[in-house]
Amino acid sequence: MTTAEKFVPIQTRSERPTSFDPNDYERPTGREVNWKHTDLRRLAPLLVDEETENVGRDGIEYDVASLEAGGYLVESAGHDAAPRGELFLPEDLPSAIAWKRCANALHVQIPAGVAVDEPLIARLKGLGADIHANAHIIIEALPGSQATVVLHHTGSVAYAQNVEIIVRENARLNVVTVQDWQDDTVHASAHQARVDDGAYLKHIVVSFGGGVVRVNPSVRLHGEGSETEMYGVSFADAGQHMENQVYMFHEGENTVGNVLYKDALQGEGARSVWIGDVLIGADAVGTDSYEKNQNLVLTDGTRTDSIPNLEIKNGNIEGAGHASATSRFDDEHMFYLQSRGISGEEARRLVVIGFLMEIVQKIGIESIESRIAELIEEELAAGAELAPASKAGA
Amino acid sequence: MSVLEIKDLKVSIETDAGPKQILKGVDLTINSDQIHAIMGPNGSGKSTLAYAIAGHPRYNVDSGSITLDGEDVLEMEVDERAQAGLFLAMQYPVEIPGVTVSNFLRTAKTALTGEAPKIREWVGDVREAMDSLRMDSSFQERNVNEGFSGGEKKRHEILQMELLRPRFAVLDETDSGLDIDALRVVSEGVNRVKQANKMGVLLITHYTRILRYIQPDFVHVFVDGRIAEEGGRELADRLEEEGYDRYLNASV
Repeated sequence: MTTAEKFVPIQTRSERPTSFDPNDYERPTGREVNWKHTDLRRLAPLLVDEETENVGRDGIEYDVASLEAGGYLVESAGHDAAPRGELFLPEDLPSAIAWKRCANALHVQIPAGVAVDEPLIARLKGLGADIHANAHIIIEALPGSQATVVLHHTGSVAYAQNVEIIVRENARLNVVTVQDWQDDTVHASAHQARVDDGAYLKHIVVSFGGGVVRVNPSVRLHGEGSETEMYGVSFADAGQHMENQVYMFHEGENTVGNVLYKDALQGEGARSVWIGDVLIGADAVGTDSYEKNQNLVLTDGTRTDSIPNLEIKNGNIEGAGHASATSRFDDEHMFYLQSRGISGEEARRLVVIGFLMEIVQKIGIESIESRIAELIEEELAAGAELAPASKAGA
Repeated sequence: MSVLEIKDLKVSIETDAGPKQILKGVDLTINSDQIHAIMGPNGSGKSTLAYAIAGHPRYNVDSGSITLDGEDVLEMEVDERAQAGLFLAMQYPVEIPGVTVSNFLRTAKTALTGEAPKIREWVGDVREAMDSLRMDSSFQERNVNEGFSGGEKKRHEILQMELLRPRFAVLDETDSGLDIDALRVVSEGVNRVKQANKMGVLLITHYTRILRYIQPDFVHVFVDGRIAEEGGRELADRLEEEGYDRYLNASV
């Protein structure tokens, strides 16, 4: 690579460099477009290319009993075991390290034509904040199948994770990832999905716990008439960094995609980052696309970055839009609600729950929704002593 | 009967140049079922009086008192004042992100009465109040004040007053920004609630136009943080003719 090439900014999201080899990536400095807003200092453990399997300490305990019992787990031995790598391509250093250092993927497969009613919940528990763990997880919905797969993360760990999602023809798949970590966890996750002809993927990222949580989902609407809904909800407290770099690529004809991410922030140093890239390819005629990010700032001392990008390479589409809005819950809102007899505590609850529930309700899994309700209560309790944001500009 | 009594009220705000006194000693007594109009030029302190009654944190009460049936209002938090029966229809209602009108109204009603309203009755009450204010029921699913036009915001304020049934309502320039039809609808709402609940009203306005629809029992002219003159509704007619100039010249 010549110097001149190296410093040409990458304009098209699909042209971002990819490689399975960690050595092909320079250690990020924080100036790169995909690292600029990340807390690299705290993510540093995930930038080390070291052996993390069979080292005497597992970083994650995988409880996949319900998947196993139903026969939805398939053995995946070695890096070359299909369908591993059918579509996944690491785009950054932690992802390449996770690819290299995880020999055997966890492969969830929904058989063709089968509709699984109960959600399949994999429970991933971190076993120590000082342990570096890497994983490659495959979620594959065979043609015509229907299922909901949940990754529920708890505990403490330094965890890099690749999730390869394949939604084959006419399958309907819901994937929910819940980051319910302890606050000493650092987590970098790359979800990459491909949706084939007539297939549908609902993808939901829920992040409440963790120190630095960076979940970057990417969905390629490859097949004709394929569809996706990508949702996210996060709550960043004092000292927490919640990040999502979302990519939706309309590749096939007549695809439909909708992205909505909502982030709430409270407390000193609470941080959220959302970068949403939508690419409508040259062949993607008839595309209908929308993306939106909304942030709710509950106190002073927080920072949120919201960067929507939309790139359209053909003129024959149904629609494409993007939006970003950040609101503050400030002392004027508080006054208004209190002047109607609503207590300060109730006012905050009203605003926070009103804001978050739009996404939570899309999950449709009772046990997960009730856990999220608990987490929201914890956030409200933590925020009860904090003053509302001072009025913008005051 | 209830009495809202304001005595020698002095209120200041913090500015970059230090505290600035806005109200310089206001005396006012409002009984149930009375309508008091407060009129005056821009900057005379009318809105400050409204906010001070409601308890906005930006307004510091330096001296004087506000009591409701003898209870010290100034000792109450903002929500406690509402629970005591005070209501402020705001001039510039804020947008509340993520909270629908329907959820907001129900939460406020529950907070005021101490129990959730009975669903069927409540839905009927809300619909009836919205119909009489010519508000489409789709409003209920919109976020509070978000994307509302000026007129919609004012109707929404009066809708709350109608449903929350305060003992005293302060209407802070509810007429500003309303077209003639909206003004009539909103005024009818005020008259309706007053009649139904024997509510006392403090109507703050620049213009006499709203007084054609809402008949004041008393008119107070506010100039430079004080009441400069008081009278019956004939005073409003005189203001219509003469404007505020003679008070302003006198106070220079």
